Amino acid sequence: MYDFAYHRPKSVADAVGLLKGKPEARAMSGGMTLIPTLKQRLARPSDVVDLGGVKELAGIKVEGNNVVVGGMTRHADVATSAEVKAAIPALAHLAGHIGDPQVRNRGTIGGSVANNDPAADYPGAVVGLNATVTTNTRKIAADDFFKGLFETALADGELITSISFPKAEKAAYMKFPNPASRYAMVGVFVAKTAGGVRVAVTGAGPCVFRVKAMEDALAKNFSSAAIKDIKIPADGLNSDIHGSAEYRAHLVGVMARRAVDAANK
Amino acid sequence: MSISVAMTVNGKAVSGKVEARTLLVQFLREHLGMTGTHVGCDTSQCGACVIHVDGKSVKSCTMLAVQAEGAKVTTIEGLAASPDKLHPMQEAFRENHALQCGFCTPGMVMSAIDMVKRHNYQLDEATVRRELEGNLCRCTGYHNIVKAILAAAPAMKSAGV
Amino acid sequence: MTAATGIGARVLRTEDKRFLTGNGRYVDDLPLARATYAYFLRSPHAHAKIKSIDISAAAKMPGVVNIFTGKDLVDAKVGGLICGWVVKDKHGQPHKAPAHPVMAVDTVRYVGDTVAMVVANTYDEAKDAAESIKVDYEVKPANVDPGRALDKGAVEVHPEAPGNLVYDWEIGVKADVDAAFAKAAHVTKLDLINNRLIPNAMEPRAAAADYDKGTGQYTLWSTSQNPHVLRLILSAFVLGIPEHKLRVIAPDVGGGFGSKIFCYADETMVCWAASRVGRPIKWTAERSESFQTDCHGRDHVTHAELAMDKDGKFLALKVDTIANMGAYLSTFSTAVPTYLYATLLAGQYTTPLIYANVKAVFTHTAPVDAYRGAGRPEATFVIESIVSKAAAEMKMDPAELRRKNFIPSTAFPYQTPVALQYDSGNYPPIIDEAIKIADYKGFEARRAEAKSRGKLRGIGFSSYIEACGLAPSQVIGQLGGGVGQWEAAQIKFNPTGNVQIMTGSHSHGQSHETTFAQIVSDKLGVPMEQIEIVHGDTATTPFGMGTYGSRSLAVGGSAIMKAADKIIAKGKKIAAHLMEASVADVVFENGTFKVAGTDKNVPLAQVVFAAYVPHNYPLAEVEPGMDENAFYDPANFVYPAGTQICEVEIDPDTGEVEIVNFTAVDDFGNIINPMVVEGQVHGGIVQGIGQALLEAAVYDKATGQLISGSYMDYTMPRADDVPSFKLGYKVTPCPHNPLGVKGCGEAGAIASPAAVMNAVHNALAPIGVKHVEMPATPLNVWQSIQGAQRQAAE
Ligand SMILES: Cc1cc2nc3c(=O)[nH]c(=O)nc-3n(C[C@H](O)[C@H](O)[C@H](O)COP(=O)(O)OP(=O)(O)OC[C@H]3O[C@@H](n4cnc5c(N)ncnc54)[C@H](O)[C@@H]3O)c2cc1C
Ligand code: FES
Ligand code: FES
Repeated sequence: MYDFAYHRPKSVADAVGLLKGKPEARAMSGGMTLIPTLKQRLARPSDVVDLGGVKELAGIKVEGNNVVVGGMTRHADVATSAEVKAAIPALAHLAGHIGDPQVRNRGTIGGSVANNDPAADYPGAVVGLNATVTTNTRKIAADDFFKGLFETALADGELITSISFPKAEKAAYMKFPNPASRYAMVGVFVAKTAGGVRVAVTGAGPCVFRVKAMEDALAKNFSSAAIKDIKIPADGLNSDIHGSAEYRAHLVGVMARRAVDAANK
Repeated sequence: MSISVAMTVNGKAVSGKVEARTLLVQFLREHLGMTGTHVGCDTSQCGACVIHVDGKSVKSCTMLAVQAEGAKVTTIEGLAASPDKLHPMQEAFRENHALQCGFCTPGMVMSAIDMVKRHNYQLDEATVRRELEGNLCRCTGYHNIVKAILAAAPAMKSAGV
Repeated sequence: MTAATGIGARVLRTEDKRFLTGNGRYVDDLPLARATYAYFLRSPHAHAKIKSIDISAAAKMPGVVNIFTGKDLVDAKVGGLICGWVVKDKHGQPHKAPAHPVMAVDTVRYVGDTVAMVVANTYDEAKDAAESIKVDYEVKPANVDPGRALDKGAVEVHPEAPGNLVYDWEIGVKADVDAAFAKAAHVTKLDLINNRLIPNAMEPRAAAADYDKGTGQYTLWSTSQNPHVLRLILSAFVLGIPEHKLRVIAPDVGGGFGSKIFCYADETMVCWAASRVGRPIKWTAERSESFQTDCHGRDHVTHAELAMDKDGKFLALKVDTIANMGAYLSTFSTAVPTYLYATLLAGQYTTPLIYANVKAVFTHTAPVDAYRGAGRPEATFVIESIVSKAAAEMKMDPAELRRKNFIPSTAFPYQTPVALQYDSGNYPPIIDEAIKIADYKGFEARRAEAKSRGKLRGIGFSSYIEACGLAPSQVIGQLGGGVGQWEAAQIKFNPTGNVQIMTGSHSHGQSHETTFAQIVSDKLGVPMEQIEIVHGDTATTPFGMGTYGSRSLAVGGSAIMKAADKIIAKGKKIAAHLMEASVADVVFENGTFKVAGTDKNVPLAQVVFAAYVPHNYPLAEVEPGMDENAFYDPANFVYPAGTQICEVEIDPDTGEVEIVNFTAVDDFGNIINPMVVEGQVHGGIVQGIGQALLEAAVYDKATGQLISGSYMDYTMPRADDVPSFKLGYKVTPCPHNPLGVKGCGEAGAIASPAAVMNAVHNALAPIGVKHVEMPATPLNVWQSIQGAQRQAAE
């Protein structure tokens, strides 16, 4: 890895200040994506601003109908949180299936969502639950946040401070892992909330997407039978040695049905 | 960029000067000469480098040394109470032939201890196998590692560790 | 000897304590004062002409000590890397052997080919500088597909090997086999690919070297499975350093599986450069470098046909194989798809006629060489796949068809039609035991129950034989091997009675420090804790051939037995003197010399002491000291055999295959330490399961890039991919080695791919799937199901 200047601010304000005006500076939360990227010399940041010391960013709160997860909250903490398990068990389940225990002990929701890896799990929950991403400057609705392959609505130097998930009446996440990396080859998050039914798919395409046809069918009848004949077109889906676009399209259907069944349990 | 770091490793205060890019595993191996922690990959997937930082298992190849500033670090070298008194997990690995070449072993043992504690000393085979997702072993076929961890869980409980 | 530590006892391992406490000492752990660090610049292209290499900017980078390129080696008259086994083609001509430069000079031939070496004060500095080396490549088209390498117009890897053909080799008489096929009642045909694998020992390869200006002595620490052989190759063929001026040390080594047998470019460079740099040099591969530059394994394209009479008796077998050698011939590569493969095609069966044709080809991929099992897994996969397919076609029970064709126990020694003479074996009880453990009878009920859950359940057999314990030197010589295949041992007692065993064998997970000590403890009655096994250092151990081909115990252990016999023989003479008896009357039992029929006795320790302090000693007849050497050259290979039964469940919606039951029953001859043997079997089975379900080295056909170049894309077996195993044993002792042992290191990996794939095919047959290639990944299985459904619809 190339060397860089290292900073460990104590507040969001200081972190934002350190990033300001430095286009090549990068924030670091868990480092579970950033450090492997640096080790492979795929990035050359001038500065790394470690958010690990920013206390205000970590933690889970229930605020009314929402579960609010701080940006620096580790996957392991979401997976084991009593509040999350009670309010949105599917979210805890999802967090508990990201990577391995050591990755979950370090990786954070803010880092994962900001990175928007096409094979990441959290984007499925953010879109599936119609969550709101809060940054140091604004609130961004899930549907406006993920812009494409590794692209988000975040501006340079903008930091995710928390993500607010509405409680769901029913929800489940089904992940079909890539056999090698164990990231999501296809992950489907299905949720029925006060705001309606959502089906969000991660892993299959360049960016998380919703399946409108399934949402409509499930809104009428929230059962796997309702979506069994809905075919997902393979066009534009990812294709690699572990899964062709056709296979991924097929898996979206299988995982969606299984998610609905799990949500109904 | 040269930075001073200080932390506690296996109960001893240590410090040193590192670059910002120095990984925690490099600090342990190259600066402190503690070579028990291994490096088996460059994509954070093999787990040969697993240690405990503030009581939690982490991959020391995916943490900067400077991120461990002030932390309590435990490595494989810090487990046995004395050369003759192995930690129950180490003992179980030996009893069950859970190691062959020994290269994955430090990381396996460190992950295993963390796993047992997180599951409150109660594990079944399927859980152990799932929890080992971050640790690769090419020698043992995992059979005896799983057996060892299942055997160590009650032993750790009765030893109070 | 006491049952607790002797032969057959489950003795806990001596080596464990250091590994479990972080005190193992692997090459990268070595503290070397004033060390420099090497980084190798590798080719990013599969095939390119090097127009120029400009190191001037890199040389000025901070910390850089030296930079070497292929041209420096040419100037220094360094030899190329060698292939030590000459295979003669069907016309008696030696295989094509194009030069294998240690670092590329004018052409790169695979992604990862070594282009330059940067030596700097730190590893990061070396790597930083390497980025500033400017290599002007003229990129050329590449050929990476062995199945197409022989096609007209395929891009040639070496001008010296027209049409990419390394050799066209055969065994057996084709006309006889064809005649038998003409008379057959049934012929089963099979096309298969034996997928290319990347060994992935968890410790990446590493090397460190130091040069002593005063003595001219080089010391090379290497992650080697056979330090003496590495030294021999470096001295005699590559670097020309006199053998006695090169010391090779292989300390603790983190797994090998074949990949650490060979002599590689990087360790060669580290050694060579040490004297030029004048400071020690260290290098450890990054994992992605290991993926690109470790020798890969397998990679066959095969067509096979089995002829049977109407009752299913095998009449003849015909096999055509294209074997990928990669871009260069690695150390033992040529022997793997010939002598270690085609000679095994009789399997456990009486097939009277066999013909095999093997064409080895060059491609623009990393060199391919021995990987756990080396040739024998490929042979077993062909035989056991075609036998199961034949059983399905003939509607016979797969176990029955096997039994019908087993070599009967009365037929040993058994001469196969493909050169080998099996020394011993008894196959029917093995399959019976496996069937019992696996509850084969209950399978149909389990299949029905699985079906009710929407799962497809299948069962598969694999009855393997292997020839290991490499090997009778004269046979190896006749077959073109460039080395002897004996092993050496030295037993050195110290005056205080403890003992050091120096072996030419090397342990990198195989537990020599325990099992070898058990042998000595059993034979000489010395307690385990007074025995030390010394291995892995050419300066302290006798010249030996190292560890591979499941040879350590059968050959290395036998050498120890021979040395122990010499100790006893000498001890008897001394004891006779001490007891004032005649040598003929002295017997040795449980660590004590006794005069037969009397109560006179003298313990070994006392005899040893007398040998070092020979005050009352038969100096006229016996030399002082108690230190014996032995070399053991085996009379034959050893032939472990066994049957594995695998049971799988397939989710037809996703194509996922789950192994729900796995049984292995083996005949390894006598067993020294069952715990160690079981560990070897477990590990081997999982490597075979990896091949069958998970692992594949994939090169992009257009660009020649290694797509599966990290654990992100190369699927290593993880704990939750595999089950726990049920093992059993049958014992027919090897008749020709003093321990009666056969090898156990490779068996698991040899048999399991076929067991798994036969189970997969058995599960999928009811829905019309005819063939699935390895690895049977969810994608592969799903696509096969789709294909079958499309066909059914048509
Ligand atoms: C072996 C392994 C397996 C994995 N498996 C999975 C998996 O199965 N599923 C999955 O989803 N993920 C997986 N991951 C990724 C893991 O979840 C990461 O933790 C996560 O993607 C990034 O989180 P982080 O906190 O580590 O972010 P970092 O690595 O610290 O940062 C990632 C990116 O986000 C930016 N960033 C960080 N924090 C913020 C913030 N608060 N605001 C704005 N930008 C920010 C950084 O600048 C950087 O660009 C795996 C990782 C590893 C190493
Ligand atoms: S070295 Fe492989 S995960 Fe850390
Ligand atoms: S014991 Fe060798 S890798 Fe696990």
